[in-house]
Amino acid sequence: MEIGIGHYLTVAAMLFTIGIFGIFLNRKNVIVILMSVELMLLAVNINLVAFSSFNKDLVGQVFAMMVLTVAAAEAAVGLAIIVVYYRNRGSIAVEDINMMKG
Amino acid sequence: MGLEAFFFYIFSIAAVASAILVIIARNPVHAVLFLILAFFNAAGLFVLLGAEFLAMLLVIVYVGAVAVLFLFVVMMLDVDFAELRAGFIKNAGLGAIVGGIVMLELIMVLGFQSYSSQIIGNPAAPAPLVTDNVTNTEALGRILYTKYIFFFQVAGLILLVAMIGAIVLTLRHKEGVRRQSIAVQVARTPETAMEIIKVAPGQSVFPKNEGPAE
Repeated sequence: MEIGIGHYLTVAAMLFTIGIFGIFLNRKNVIVILMSVELMLLAVNINLVAFSSFNKDLVGQVFAMMVLTVAAAEAAVGLAIIVVYYRNRGSIAVEDINMMKG
Repeated sequence: MGLEAFFFYIFSIAAVASAILVIIARNPVHAVLFLILAFFNAAGLFVLLGAEFLAMLLVIVYVGAVAVLFLFVVMMLDVDFAELRAGFIKNAGLGAIVGGIVMLELIMVLGFQSYSSQIIGNPAAPAPLVTDNVTNTEALGRILYTKYIFFFQVAGLILLVAMIGAIVLTLRHKEGVRRQSIAVQVARTPETAMEIIKVAPGQSVFPKNEGPAE
């Protein structure tokens, strides 16, 4: 059976859904939520690269690189915030993050 | 089943399985390790798609940097992760509903379309043909450093801002730590550093109340 673009899009859709499911499942754990976001960004990257490959257009890969950059930056800053928060409050449970009364 | 299909199914099944294990793992260290496995398998999918450079980038940047950063933070924080898992089953219902809806929407949008081999008539940056004998990395470099140089520089700027932000956030100055001040050291002159005392015979240099250590 020929592997078409639909196969790759299906895998990406499954990964994206798992990412969303993970955010709901681990609502109290910020670190796992960040990992779920990384999974969702990976799914987006698979979509971009699949379209780039099947369209024979390299711009998709350039954009996937951009997504990769932003994901790395987001992970670094997010984890830094978690470390600072843990230092100040001694906990990283999501329901404890209520200092701003939002 | 061809070789490509075989590897596609291996990589995609492993990626999806490890993604599921990321979100249900009890130990967050295991979750990070499964995240690494998911990224490796996604890199395999990228190789199958002909994007070798992005595959290597995924392995180096994600597995080498981001996942290790996660591992550091998970191991550094002394958190009771079992406590954070409370309500795991309770939240699963809502998560399954929302996830199912998103999955359904994605299938409806993407699944019922038939993609021709050429969706767009004229690509913005045509990929090199196999006969051109140009690797994926070289082709990407050719457009990244010419046509998309602005994107490239903005990406560098984003990384710089993230780096400075992470350092500023986590840096803390401890009180009572003696630091070297080179300017003060260089500005010392013999006049400020030395004092010449004339000592009369039979007298101590030290004042009366603070004699030399016995």
